[in-house]
Amino acid sequence: MSDDKPHIHMDNVRLDRGGQTFHIDVRMSGSITAVAGASGSGKTTFLHLIAGFETPRSGRILLTGKDVTDLHPADRPVSLVFQDNNLFAHLDIARNVGLGINPSLRLTAEDERRIDEALARTGLAGYGGRLPGTLSGGERQRAAFARALVRKRPYLLLDEPFAALDPGLRLAMGDLLRELQAETGVMVVMVTHLPDEVERLAERVVFLARGTVVASGPTDEILRRGMLPEIDAFMG
Amino acid sequence: MLTAREKRLSIAGGSIALAGIVLFAAIASVALLEAGWPSENTGIFDAYMRRVLAFTLVQAVLSAAISVALAIPFARALARQPAFPGRIWLVRLLALPLGLPVITGALGILTVWGRNGWANEILRMLGLSEPISIYGLSGILLAHVFFNFPLAARLMLAGLERLPGEYWLLASNLGLGPISIFRHIEWPEIRRQIPGIAGLILMLAATSFTLVLLLGGGPAATTLEVAIYQALRFDFDPQRAVSLAIVQILLTALLLMLLSWTRGKDPEGFSLHTTSMRPDGKTTAKRCLDGALLLSGTVFILLPLSAIVVSGLEADYLKLLSDGLFWRAAATSLAIALPAGALAVLIAGMIISGRLAILADPKASAPLLAGARLAPATASLILLFPPTVLGTGWFLIAGPANVDSVAPVLIMLINGLMAFPFVLRILEPAMTTHRHRTGRLAASLGITGWDRWRLIDWPGLRKPFAMALSFATALSIGDLGVVALFGSDSLVTLPWLLYSRMGSYRTADAAGIALILAILCLLLTVAGAKGDTERHRHVG
Amino acid sequence: MTARTKTLLARLSAAALTAASLALPAFAADKQLTIYTYESFTSEWGPGPKVKEAFEKTCNCTVNYVAVADGVALLSRLKLEGSSSKADIVLGLDTNLTDEAKATGLFEASGVDTAALKVPGDFRDDTFVPYDYGHFAVIYDTQTIKNPPQSLKDLVEGDPAQKIAIQDPRTSTPGLGLLLWVKSVYGDKAPEAWAKLKNRVLTVTPGWSEAYGLFTKGEAPMVLSYVTSPAYHMVEEKTDRYQAAAFSEGHYIQIEVAGMLKNAHDKDLARSFLSFMVSPGFQDIIPTTNWMMPVADTSSPLPDAFGKLVKPTKTFLMSPEEVAKNRKAWVDEWLAAMSLN
Repeated sequence: MSDDKPHIHMDNVRLDRGGQTFHIDVRMSGSITAVAGASGSGKTTFLHLIAGFETPRSGRILLTGKDVTDLHPADRPVSLVFQDNNLFAHLDIARNVGLGINPSLRLTAEDERRIDEALARTGLAGYGGRLPGTLSGGERQRAAFARALVRKRPYLLLDEPFAALDPGLRLAMGDLLRELQAETGVMVVMVTHLPDEVERLAERVVFLARGTVVASGPTDEILRRGMLPEIDAFMG
Repeated sequence: MLTAREKRLSIAGGSIALAGIVLFAAIASVALLEAGWPSENTGIFDAYMRRVLAFTLVQAVLSAAISVALAIPFARALARQPAFPGRIWLVRLLALPLGLPVITGALGILTVWGRNGWANEILRMLGLSEPISIYGLSGILLAHVFFNFPLAARLMLAGLERLPGEYWLLASNLGLGPISIFRHIEWPEIRRQIPGIAGLILMLAATSFTLVLLLGGGPAATTLEVAIYQALRFDFDPQRAVSLAIVQILLTALLLMLLSWTRGKDPEGFSLHTTSMRPDGKTTAKRCLDGALLLSGTVFILLPLSAIVVSGLEADYLKLLSDGLFWRAAATSLAIALPAGALAVLIAGMIISGRLAILADPKASAPLLAGARLAPATASLILLFPPTVLGTGWFLIAGPANVDSVAPVLIMLINGLMAFPFVLRILEPAMTTHRHRTGRLAASLGITGWDRWRLIDWPGLRKPFAMALSFATALSIGDLGVVALFGSDSLVTLPWLLYSRMGSYRTADAAGIALILAILCLLLTVAGAKGDTERHRHVG
Repeated sequence: MTARTKTLLARLSAAALTAASLALPAFAADKQLTIYTYESFTSEWGPGPKVKEAFEKTCNCTVNYVAVADGVALLSRLKLEGSSSKADIVLGLDTNLTDEAKATGLFEASGVDTAALKVPGDFRDDTFVPYDYGHFAVIYDTQTIKNPPQSLKDLVEGDPAQKIAIQDPRTSTPGLGLLLWVKSVYGDKAPEAWAKLKNRVLTVTPGWSEAYGLFTKGEAPMVLSYVTSPAYHMVEEKTDRYQAAAFSEGHYIQIEVAGMLKNAHDKDLARSFLSFMVSPGFQDIIPTTNWMMPVADTSSPLPDAFGKLVKPTKTFLMSPEEVAKNRKAWVDEWLAAMSLN
């Protein structure tokens, strides 16, 4: 694969963390990839490797064919959304989103317009002046998506982004994610521990166990009973 | 989020603790004022006293400002480098200086910065003949910064480490530079802490006595505390002493109020976990800069401490440790300091619980809310009440016949009260965060009362409680304070023994005891900081 | 385990046992004598333990000490307790405090004949019995100071680069002593003298211990202490390094006294202690434990070191009444002179 479409190659990556040795060798592409596995299997670490918070002991990480292994997190073409605390509590929503455009918050009128647009797109029109504490959990995650929108990075990494939300909201947020992906063409890598979320959203799955990728491929091929005991356990 | 019963209990407990502190000080003052000794009361506000007042406030404000200003970059660097060899020892070291007896720390400082200290020796080797002299305001500030800057850094570090771990990851992902990180993440948290920390240092510096005289160079450097000591001890004029103490409290309270206006908003973001990852500290340039910052701060703290070690090594420990009196003093010190530390933790815990219960109640009445907001600061003012005044007042009430039995309890109470404001600073943020994290969940699961304490509060708060207890104990153990007033043969503590050896020419012995006290304090902080090594690992 | 650590362990456990036994109250004899004194008197290096042992041999009684920080604290404690004080004897006031002490009305005439006592400065009092004395002196480090001041005038006008550590007259008795010394020599010109001396003063410490600590640490080459201080270094540390400077004008004296209380439980016992105090049994102990001069004959000559000490040619001593009357004004005068820039 050498085209310009986003694709990730984790080339023989090794890392020691918390008494566990990770060994990851996988290629990913497509619209939405789910990173699944039992808790403790290394899902978050997997994401941190791509984002640059962890540096491998050996091996390479390539994004769109470019070696980013030694790049600082800020210099990698990725946006991030965590389960919670995506917003700085003392900055209002507009400025939290604005940080995605300019880290020093020097915003032009054009930037302000883009922020408003992103907020409107995520259903938060008129919320710009409010503090994160006054928003619901779902609204805060929408704001985090709005920031990812204005950042325009080709990769969007999500760490259990809907885990703190109730089931109805989770469905709606999943739909929003799919729409945003389709509009922007961003490659989404999403850590989740919910099988139905994987089935509903993900085109492909990377399945982790004990720090290693044990299965990877299209969702309907991977999430089949009887393939691996770990996957059966995950499906419940 | 508390049951009605829990709420009532918390509020009652907090009120009792607060009332206890206020009454303890008030009763002692009244006893002294009522005792009816003639007072010379030669006007409290004559020209001399006005000068003393001005000097007290100026040096206290400067001490607090410098300590805080130095603590900010130090705490930032330490938070930015969450993993390097020896970090845990550096964190422990920060709790040490305040635990030392004042005279020990002062002589350590002079070994380094004095006229014939190490610094001047180096300057002389470089060809500078005129020694730099620190006596005067600069010496007082230097000493106050040595004692207080580490504490300030320690408290700020705790605040920075309480921030949600995602903040650092997001900041790094968004490409925030050090200035933006400071502006948007670190400064809001630090600003929130400054009034509390600066207030604590302000109070300590305002009541400073030995350091001010020893390093001040002359009577131009005089604090109100010196005047209070003089009034009570030399002139035996308790009324004047109490009046001066009240002036001291009112003035400092005024300063503290001004300070509290600058306080930022309370944080609303709380994380379920804090990670130890700081991607922004990983570049080589940052590592070098932080390394240099941490090194210079550490050297500043370590030099006087190593001076204490150097002079302590001259003592004859075989003789010292085979002395029954030494062991008795050590046992007495621990027997007083441990309950004093526990008392400080208990009072602080009660006041904070009551305050949180009121603040979390949407239907709380305005006076109750005002009380909850003011309680911690009000109770902390006890630090401004000279222990000698408290001790003398209660001495009168207890009656001389009962002194021997009452004295240990009184010393324990007074030491506990003096340590309490520090405990408050350690426990309050931890308890508030804990309550935010667990309050709703516990209530929804119907976990209340003892179960809640056993299953949720104790496991979550064990570490800050242990840290607070060890710190309060270390503070009490190094304090000579009121022991001098109640002295009797049955009540010998380690600092008392230290002064006693100094007073009979045995400086080597005194240095030995000082070193042992320093080691004791270090052991206590090690015990209290144990929790710091067990960081949350987030492997998902 | 080495032999050395073994002995250490043995001594440690012995010490722990001693500590345990010391914690128990003593009920050896029926008669009890309670002495209020200052802390360095009762410390294990001080005269206290030996005095207790010696007196208990003769009196068939038990001596109990209550020790406070210093002579000033002693008086404060007494004032606080008033007539309900447990004290039979108060030991460790100096002549600057006796006027105030008498004013409490708690003391009783000692009945001890002090005519034969050898105390410079002719201190006589029917209530308070002197037990030792020491002249104040500037102690200097011979390794730093080659030409010590020969007089108070020399000290006042000497090289400001050679510093002295002194004590604060507001908080300590030696500090007050120096104040009275300067006043005795300079009279009305004292403020001018202080204004000059100020430049030589390294710092003004709250008490004797802090100043002497600065001195032995090498921070100040001179300190205000006692003529007898060098005796400690000669006897205990075998060094001549620290010496007292003899001042041609004379030296101010500090006389330490004891008195008995009106409410003493056993007045005969208290009186017999005061008599014992000026006998060789007590006086022998004073020089090498309290490092002050005895007020009466000792049974054997003093150690050689005491023969080498400076012998003041003239002694200054103001009457207790004069001190009590003027102390506040003189301290204010001192404050004003020392605070000038």
